[in-house]
Order: sequence, then C-alpha cells, then structure tokens
Amino acid sequence: MSYFIQVVVDGLSNGAIYAAIALAIVLVYRATGLINFAQGGMAVTATFVAYALTRVGVPVLLALVVAVVFGFLLGALLERGVMRHFEGGDPDTAVVATIALLVVLSGLSAYFFGYEPHPFPSLFPNRTIEVLGVFVSLRSIGTITVLLVVMIALQLLFRSTKLGLAMRAVADNPRSSALSGLPVSRLLMIGWGLAAALGAIAGVLVAPQLFISPGMLDFVLVYALASAILGGLDSPIGAVVAAAFIGVVENLAGAYLDFIGDDLKIAVPFIAVIVILVVRPQGLFGRKVTVRV
Amino acid sequence: MSLLELEDVTASYGHAQVLHGISFSLSENGATGLLGANGAGKTTTLRAISGTVRTTGRILFEGRDISGLGPDRTAHLGIAHVPEGRGTLGQLSVRENLLVGAYQRKDRKQIATDVDYVLDLFPNLQERVRSNAAALSGGEQQMLAVGRAFMAKPRVILLDEASLGLAPSTARRVYDAIVRLRREAQVSMVVVEQNANLAFSVVDDATVLETGRVALHGSRDELMGMDAVRRAYLGG
Repeated sequence: MSYFIQVVVDGLSNGAIYAAIALAIVLVYRATGLINFAQGGMAVTATFVAYALTRVGVPVLLALVVAVVFGFLLGALLERGVMRHFEGGDPDTAVVATIALLVVLSGLSAYFFGYEPHPFPSLFPNRTIEVLGVFVSLRSIGTITVLLVVMIALQLLFRSTKLGLAMRAVADNPRSSALSGLPVSRLLMIGWGLAAALGAIAGVLVAPQLFISPGMLDFVLVYALASAILGGLDSPIGAVVAAAFIGVVENLAGAYLDFIGDDLKIAVPFIAVIVILVVRPQGLFGRKVTVRV
Repeated sequence: MSLLELEDVTASYGHAQVLHGISFSLSENGATGLLGANGAGKTTTLRAISGTVRTTGRILFEGRDISGLGPDRTAHLGIAHVPEGRGTLGQLSVRENLLVGAYQRKDRKQIATDVDYVLDLFPNLQERVRSNAAALSGGEQQMLAVGRAFMAKPRVILLDEASLGLAPSTARRVYDAIVRLRREAQVSMVVVEQNANLAFSVVDDATVLETGRVALHGSRDELMGMDAVRRAYLGG
C-alpha cells in the first residue's frame, strides 16, 4: 500500500511540473486566443536570466522576482515587435510565428549558455520528509503550493476582474471588442507579458529538478499541451487536474504494468487523453464551444 | 449644430474605392437612415464613422474631426457601432457581453441598473443571462448586440442591418425595442437597413445611397411619398 501511495505522490510531483507550463498555456490562450508555442522559449529565457543572477550570488528568490519582471517585459516586447504584425490575420499564421519565436529563443539561450544542462538552485530546501511511510520532497510540496496559488489567482483574474473580462473579450473577437472601446493591442501585450512572467515562475520551479538547458522544457511542453487540452484549454483548474492525472497515470503504468516499464510509460497518459477527448471533446473542465448561425 | 456630420467622405478597401464622396448629417437626439441596395456603401459608411476603414474627407462629431481615430477611440468619444453580423462575443455569457459594452464606464451602480434595463428591454435575454452568447438564437444575438451598444451610454448608436437573417416578427420585436430605446435613452442613431418599413419606424429622415454616392435625401414622409422609393424599398 505504501508503495502505491509513493508511486502516486511521485506522479503528482511530475504532474506539478507539467501543470506549471500548462497554466501558462491556458493563460495565453485565454488572453490571446492562440496556442503559443513560444511559451516554452520565453520561460527558458527568463529562467536563464535567473540562473545568471544566481551564478553571481543573487539569492534565488530575488533572482525569481527579476526573472518574472524580465519575462513580463520580454513577452510584451515580443507581442509588440513580432506578433502584432500577425494580429487580425489568419490564426494559423500567428501560431507558426510562435513556433519561430520558440526556435529563436532556444537558439539565443544556447548561444549564451551552451546546450549542456546546468544545476539550478532550488527555492525550497533540498530535503525529503516522511509522512505515514511515504517520502515527499519539500521541493515538490513547495512547487505544488505555488502552483495552487497561481491557479487560484488566474481563476480570479479571468472570472472576477475587469482586466480578465477584457482579455477574454479580445481573445474571442478583437474587432468587435474594439467597437466597445477596448484597447485591443494593449490588452494583447499585457496577456503576452503575463504569460511570459508566469513562464518565468514555472521555469524557476522546475529547473532544479530538470537541470537548466535550452531544451529543458521541450518534453515538458508536450505533457503541458496535453494537460491544457485535456483540462479544456481555457480552465486553469482543469489544466492542473489534468496535469496531475497525467503524471499519476504515467507513473502508475510504469510501476505496475511490467510490459510497459520506464520506456513506454510516456504513451499511457496520451492514450488516456485521446480516449477522454473522444468522449468529451471540450476537455474535462472546458466550456462547450457552441456556435449557432 | 449637428451632432455628427459627414463631408465629402470617401473610403476604400485596398485599391477598391467604395464611397465616392458621401455627405449627410445627424442632429442631436435625431435618427437618420441610410437606405440602398447591396453594395451601395451603407455598411462602409458606418465603418468610416467608427474608424474601421480608411477614409478621406471630414467626419465631424460634436464639431471635431474624428476621421482616422480608430474604433477604440471613437467608442471612447461616444459612438457605439453595432456591426453587421452582430459581433457577439460567443464564449462570454450574455451578462459578460453587456459588461464588455460598459468597459469604459466607472459608475458601477449605474452599470448594474443599465444591465437590468437591457434585460427589461429584451425579456428573451433575461432567461439566458448566464448562457454563452454563442448559444443564443440569431434574434437574441441581435438584441444582445443592441444592448451591448447601449451599455456604453453612447451619444450615437450606429446600427447595421439589425433585421438581417431574422424572421419578420423577430425583426419587428428588435425594432420595437430600438424605438423604445431611442425614446427613453436619448441616444441618436444612424440606422442602416434594407427593409425600409423597419427603418422608417425609427428614423426622422434618410439618405438613399447608390454605388457609393448620395442619390437622394429627404424626410421620412417625403421619401415614403415617392413612388420610386416605395417601389424599391417598401414593397410597392
């Protein structure tokens, strides 16, 4: 029994990593109506800023704050300088532009810091505690706590604030929103800035476990996209629940199904995701998209 | 002084010029119609006013030239454009759509009162207030679009073919509410409509457009008395 719980808990701490990036994907989707592949690149770039600061002796917490501010400015700048040219055009073109940004940002990180992974100091003490026979690292507990706070904050932002309402309106129909006097360009810029700032938090949370490198989030991004889509794409709570689900299912499959083992376990949650989406196309927590003409 | 005045306005999409020098004016608390066949330039004239198409000539609002300002700035000045196709924010609820309309306002209590007023004006929306706007029928979406424009507390509402695609009885209900809105809310209107009967239930006067030019202007009664207008727009 305690082995089972241990496997579940380990799965949850993996899930927390996916959830961190999934939340950023949900945020940018809610704010701009796009799936933004540059998300991972912005997160890694901001995390490298934090890394560079810790190397010269800046405490991790302060480095995180600087990285968040840097992330916000980076996101806003990319929106203003690059993405604005694609607004009002075909969304597919804009998505391809975000992929280009991902490649450029990863390339820049590699240019300055190389491809090899570097250790990254943790925000939380590197200790493990034992609760009822199960070992949990303080880092996982800390990561999950921060994520839950971010999740609630995002939920409140979109549900209960005027800024959140305006961002959702712009993501839904920018032209029509402008007719009600919404400053569309500025709102998109803030949306990108917030997404990149959140990416910085996610990056700093997961870097100690993954080691920092330009490709650090490449495989996480796949899990995170799956989590965001399974959660319904527009639901912060859905993204976190789905990420936890994927992390746990993956770990359970690896631990209990002998023929699957460590190599194939990645496939199991994705098969589960496909099955769920066939039954419930709007995802676990998504609002059903209804269109009547 | 007129509230809104267009002087020799032209507009084009890329190289295609659609308006070739339109002039008309709207008085304070007035309502004027724009009639004409498909492609006459009615919709483009409204876009010119709200700043969503490139123009030349002068567009004076309260005596100030607003041409080239862009839609969020003209909205700020008090021009609410109900666009062709309604512009409903489909994934937002009915209530949220109305609140987006009130985005520029700070008077929270009055906003709540005005939401209630819109729901009273359009009882259909009352029952659907928490539904996604995309789930509404065409008529309900049109009502929502008009309600959202009102929520901005504008000086002028630009109304583009509010009857398009609606059953006659639904279109009539929408226009009855618009007539009531005009009477109670003291808002001026520019009404684009292919169905002149509906338009004449709201407007005091109208301009008839033909291929981007003003063909005719007259008061409601003058126009309704003209055989040519009756044949073309009033069904005989």
